[in-house]
Amino acid sequence: MSLLDHLPVLPVVVPLVAAPVCVLLPKGRAPWLFSTLITWICFALSAALLGVVLQEGTLTYYLGGWAAPLGIVYRIDLAGAIVMALVSGMAALVFPYARSSVEYEIGNAQSSAFYGAFLICMTGLLGVVATGDAFNVFVFLEISSLSTYALVAMGAKQDRRALTAAFTYLVLGTIGATFFVIGLGLLYQMTGTLNMLDLHERLAGQDNKVVRAAFAFIVTGLGLKLAMFPLHRWLPDAYTFAPSAVTAFLASTATKVAVYAMLRFMFTVFGFSTPFTEVAFAFFLILGLAGMFFASFVAVFRDDVKQMLAFSSVAQIGYMLLGISFATEAGVAAALTHVFNHALMKAALFMAVGAVFYAVGSHRLADYRGMGRRMPFTAACFLIAGLSLVGVPLTAGFVSKFVLIRAAFDATLVVPSLLIVLLIVASSLLAVAYIGRVAYEMFLADPEPDVPPLRVPMTMLVPMGLVTAANVYVGLDGEAVVSVATRAAESLLALSFGGGAF
Amino acid sequence: MLPVTPELALLASLVLPILGMFGIMLADRAPNAREAVTLTTAVLTFLCVLTVFTAVSGGARPGFTLLTMLPGLTLSFEVEPLGALFGLIASGLWIVNSLYSIGYMRGNAEKGQTRFYMAFAVAISAALGIAFAANLLTFFVFYEVLTLSTFPLVAHKRDAKARAGSRIYLGILIGTSIGFLLPAIIWTYVLTGTTEFALGGILLGAPDLRGGLVVILLGLFAFGIGKAALMPFHPWLPNAMVAPTPVSAFLHAVAVVKAGVFGILKVVLYVFGTDYLTQTGASDIFVFIAAASILIASAIAMTQDNLKARLAYSTVSQLSYVTLGAMLANDLGILGGATQIAAHALGKMTLFMCAGAIYTAAHHSLISEMRGTGRAMPWTWTAYVIGACSIIGLPPMAGSWPKLFLMLGALEGASAWILGVLILSSLMNIVYLLAPAVRAFMDEGPAGRGAGSVAVREAPLFCVIPAWITAIGTILLFFFMGPLVEFLRPLLGAS
Repeated sequence: MSLLDHLPVLPVVVPLVAAPVCVLLPKGRAPWLFSTLITWICFALSAALLGVVLQEGTLTYYLGGWAAPLGIVYRIDLAGAIVMALVSGMAALVFPYARSSVEYEIGNAQSSAFYGAFLICMTGLLGVVATGDAFNVFVFLEISSLSTYALVAMGAKQDRRALTAAFTYLVLGTIGATFFVIGLGLLYQMTGTLNMLDLHERLAGQDNKVVRAAFAFIVTGLGLKLAMFPLHRWLPDAYTFAPSAVTAFLASTATKVAVYAMLRFMFTVFGFSTPFTEVAFAFFLILGLAGMFFASFVAVFRDDVKQMLAFSSVAQIGYMLLGISFATEAGVAAALTHVFNHALMKAALFMAVGAVFYAVGSHRLADYRGMGRRMPFTAACFLIAGLSLVGVPLTAGFVSKFVLIRAAFDATLVVPSLLIVLLIVASSLLAVAYIGRVAYEMFLADPEPDVPPLRVPMTMLVPMGLVTAANVYVGLDGEAVVSVATRAAESLLALSFGGGAF
Repeated sequence: MLPVTPELALLASLVLPILGMFGIMLADRAPNAREAVTLTTAVLTFLCVLTVFTAVSGGARPGFTLLTMLPGLTLSFEVEPLGALFGLIASGLWIVNSLYSIGYMRGNAEKGQTRFYMAFAVAISAALGIAFAANLLTFFVFYEVLTLSTFPLVAHKRDAKARAGSRIYLGILIGTSIGFLLPAIIWTYVLTGTTEFALGGILLGAPDLRGGLVVILLGLFAFGIGKAALMPFHPWLPNAMVAPTPVSAFLHAVAVVKAGVFGILKVVLYVFGTDYLTQTGASDIFVFIAAASILIASAIAMTQDNLKARLAYSTVSQLSYVTLGAMLANDLGILGGATQIAAHALGKMTLFMCAGAIYTAAHHSLISEMRGTGRAMPWTWTAYVIGACSIIGLPPMAGSWPKLFLMLGALEGASAWILGVLILSSLMNIVYLLAPAVRAFMDEGPAGRGAGSVAVREAPLFCVIPAWITAIGTILLFFFMGPLVEFLRPLLGAS
């Protein structure tokens, strides 16, 4: 076997092996340089993988050459390949950005541990996506979560509240993981397998209490991990107090991966129509809408910009759940499109927030006054990414919203489509309100007289500029993203519901 | 007229103001050079639009596609008569307004003038983009650009009042456009698979649209285009009056509000089609809403003592004439609406410029303070009277034609009660528009008020001449209504 045959597993294995090496490196710049290089290799591998999957369709890989029921299978469909490319691409952008940001916020004394944990986190996220084994999902989910707790706690150097945030996250994340694994246990008891494909085959048509309980446990467990309203309690604090680079990475990848895992379980493991799944979809609809409004509404009144954006993340997850709840190809495609686009906008926004923190050492809204003049590039990136979040045409956010609203009009739902559409746009208006507050401070409020312009290193500005440019690029030519997302949704739904909507 | 193809002129008219904006930015420290850049850009842009206009009157429909976001969702332009008319008015009056801005901004020593002229240039580009849009999406994009670019203008003074006013301005305009207009556009796309404007409408072939839903869709458009200030989504307009007067004059009598009613006309003609509306009767309810808007806004205008606020409510009322004409959904109604765009632009701009001239000369903004100033400022007040007469609808001012068309349209649509509404509104117009002039000319000034009172003199030339240009424009338009109707002919009957 050539190395290329191992392509499906390489993006996961490379950072996994690199992480311990990274921890052993001397403190200082070396861990950063090494881990950045690894993320770039990872991104190249994931991009190559995406290319292969686009051409050849779903890839299957047997870990260690052991066949399915005994060994662990890696199964990478198009949706997975996109999410992997997204995760490693974001890492490849966030790691260079992290250099100055982390030096400023954490200091170099802990750098080997920090970048080691960062790499592990990425490994976990990539693993969740790549694997075709249900228990393996749990393992990788915990790998990424455990390292995330450590990463969040490292924000303590700036604000001690990071410790309580990390602890809350630890407790809730563990509860989520426990729920998830209980669900898996029940499924194993029923079917005797943990391979996702086998699970699907053996579960098909079964509708008894054990399966229902398993379903409920798994959905709730993953719901905690993806911060589905009202299980989002851990997210705002964790995002607010984590180091900026960590927040930028987590906001654009962690919840997205959990959303992907949810899609896998909903559609490729269970994926058959029972009254019970329909109840779940109805719940997603309601919780998605509730999250969109509640979290956006809270965001409007936050005076800490980072916290504002963290609440906005909870709201944005609502859009993804909404797309899933339509249970149509168009709906899932909309959710996937938003997974991708939201990663772009939140990464840019949190990077801008991190840059401001680097310059003035604060996230408070009042300290953003006059930033349009003091940090024009950062402020412009924030504004563009903010417009994208609102969903203004010519940005990625518009493409998301357009696809979602189109899917809503096409879906047959318990509530009239038009009402849902109006609710979607109404919640975007809340985004206008909170982004508008920051934009007003940055560009229109009277700046303090004679404040000097602020400088931020290029390693922070370039990644931020690239992600912002990606927002605009997707907005100008959304076809690529949407068509890939649609194909990905097809491949997800191909297994379920008789190959399409039900 | 420029020796270029209409397509090129079309592109140039959109790009030139943006280039001008950069020029203005570079000339930040040299006010004379900066104003020269503004004026040159304005004249060049106008010539480009004129080239397009001439091509359109010759029957051409210049246009091109800039980019494709998703299949069926493009950013593209195509000029038809209505858009050409709106574009011509906006770009032509930008020249007049630039002259006026120079007088006003310097006369009042306003701060942040560079930002002011820059935002103005972007706003013009956006207004032209709206005028020339070939589909709903392009219309929406430029509509939002217009809102955002005018926000710094409304918030120009930066005091608490300006902040509050500009917040309402942005809140209502963004709120209605994202909350109603965007869903309406996507809904249209889902129903028809396109957002392209086509004369006669694109919804005819949409089978899923039944009875009440047509009304809802039309409502989403009518209220979603918040710039048309259809009640109850009008408060942004009076609140925008915290802006310097050139902004009120141009944006809130010409570009912004006209972009709104232009949008409504366009939607009625090119998305629904008048036949479709007549068949379904979906627009009937909006005739009532527009009529109510006309009367209520006029009534409120009578109670305002601040001249600009009075003019603002008058604008709300006059805009609803256009909406009314559109919702009548017959040829005469459309003609009334389209000509009202031109006539009201000239008339109301005259009035605003006079209000600004009075403010610059005497620092009066309340009507009760203006008693007796007519004798000191005869030129300004005479221009005011001409503008007022046009709005009221007295010949030989342009404003009389749209009212005639609307009345005829109402009779054709067998809704004679609208005649009563129009007459009542004109009577109220007389009261609230002519009363200030009467007081200015007839009343004694506040003589012997003590040392505090300043002698009132005529306003600077840069303020008075532009007002006279538009005032004369209203009279000229009265006599050239024939050619204008001929120009708009392609819109009529075809649908």
